[in-house]
Amino acid sequence: MKILLEAKNLSKEYVKTTGFFSRTSTSIKALDNLSINIKKGITLAVVGESGSGKSTLAKSLIRLVEIDKGSITFKKRNMRTISGVELKATRKNIQMIFQDPYASLNPRMKIINIMEEPLKIHDIGNFKTQYSKILSMVKRVGLEEEDLLKYPHQFSGGQRQRIGIARALILEPELVICDEPVSALDVSVQAQIIQLLKSLQKEFGLTYLFITHDLRIVRHIADEVIVMKDGKLIEQGKTDIIFRSPKTKYTKELLASIPGNLLKRK
Amino acid sequence: MKNSILAINNLKVFPSNNSRLKLVKNISLNLKKGKTLCIVGESGSGKSLTALSVMQLLSSQLSMSGSIIFEGVNLVNLTKEEIRKRRGKDIAMIFQEPMTSLNPVLTIGYQIEEAIIVHGNFLKSELNKRVEELLTIVGIPKDRINSYPDELSGGQRQRVMIAMAISCSPKLLIADEPTTALDVTVQAQILNLLNDLKLKFEMTMLFITHDFGVVEDIADDVAVMYQGKIVEQGKVVNVLKKPKHPYTKALLDCVPDPHGKKDLNPIDYSALKRAME
Repeated sequence: MKILLEAKNLSKEYVKTTGFFSRTSTSIKALDNLSINIKKGITLAVVGESGSGKSTLAKSLIRLVEIDKGSITFKKRNMRTISGVELKATRKNIQMIFQDPYASLNPRMKIINIMEEPLKIHDIGNFKTQYSKILSMVKRVGLEEEDLLKYPHQFSGGQRQRIGIARALILEPELVICDEPVSALDVSVQAQIIQLLKSLQKEFGLTYLFITHDLRIVRHIADEVIVMKDGKLIEQGKTDIIFRSPKTKYTKELLASIPGNLLKRK
Repeated sequence: MKNSILAINNLKVFPSNNSRLKLVKNISLNLKKGKTLCIVGESGSGKSLTALSVMQLLSSQLSMSGSIIFEGVNLVNLTKEEIRKRRGKDIAMIFQEPMTSLNPVLTIGYQIEEAIIVHGNFLKSELNKRVEELLTIVGIPKDRINSYPDELSGGQRQRVMIAMAISCSPKLLIADEPTTALDVTVQAQILNLLNDLKLKFEMTMLFITHDFGVVEDIADDVAVMYQGKIVEQGKVVNVLKKPKHPYTKALLDCVPDPHGKKDLNPIDYSALKRAME
């Protein structure tokens, strides 16, 4: 299978200065010599507890966070050295969906403007073609034409996440990074959004990097999994295999904490 | 019922200025002593309003009718002062967001102490010992007594909330989505802690959640709420394994199972409406 993105030996350290005149400093390794490959067309899930570095990993791949060491190659381009036009073109190809649909949409912009912005930034189409593109995408994620003139606060959490998805997909990216996209949602809405993401993947041939702490969702959506802890890669492999025969103690512990398993474990 | 500790009868909750719009529609529930009853439902189903009604903590814009009998006393008829004395002492509550429930500028030791002083009868000299004892019970090292909430992790903050809630040995603990904001591993720890405390102190729990996995872990009995009504209730094994109501079935179909065997089916509300008619 073709490799879409290859990250090698990523390291990132956050330094926190404390004490009088910031004389003492402690550092946290958010990424510790971590390497991953993302194959084209699959869903790779990244699981780990909060603080394991999974969001830092996601952000570093699109250079929202600059890593200290390591290399990132996306479609044979070195992500760490490109700049200007090339970086912009690459970022168009990698889009992100965020956890909190309340915080990731500008409350002062109508949906039409939220959707238009990425097209304008990347100078795609004219006014007319932009509108028809937006309309078909918004309909595809399950919203209506009249919704375009509304503001984010007029939507429910699930609908806002649909808008976030539409905004990410309007640029026709190849890789979509989903950072806990359903963690803030009710189970029923969660099921809708997961089904939507799955069908969009089929339709547009998307590759997902799916960050979550809920292993039940991993089982449903991911082809491959990597398990992270303290910035390190603990275990990786095909979803079925990891669930059936986890090798490390930590992965076993994670699997045991899936809700609905507690009593059986005792 | 003999071993009933809390009986909610015909509870209705509505906006004070529009009594025809019912947010909670005539529900009745019975909590057995020493058992955990879970209320499951989506957001907006009225589960939190039900919990707040028991505590008599509804917003001033909302009114309620019906009776809430706690150990033979109708809480609805109590004066503000009388209910205040029971809150925290007989009935305690923990919430979803531990950070918003804790005061950021006071140490956790002080805040737990405060909970004891308000309701309990402890000598001043014994207070410190009692706080340390509570911290140990909920699994926080004693030397964290002078820590501030922001110095603790999400799971530890929820442990502090639990320590405050159990400080006066309440008979009933109401937990409103206490693990929803936590990681799975921490969630498992907190659920285990609550289960242990329930057995140790013979507490009764009213537990609110939207996650059937959590229900399976913690509940003895379960009530499923939809649009302000209880559509199904019973023993947890019966409801989970043999759901009768179409809504319970639909909601169970949304829960991703850990084996990945069944497909996720989002609720088809129009089909559900037809099925319920």
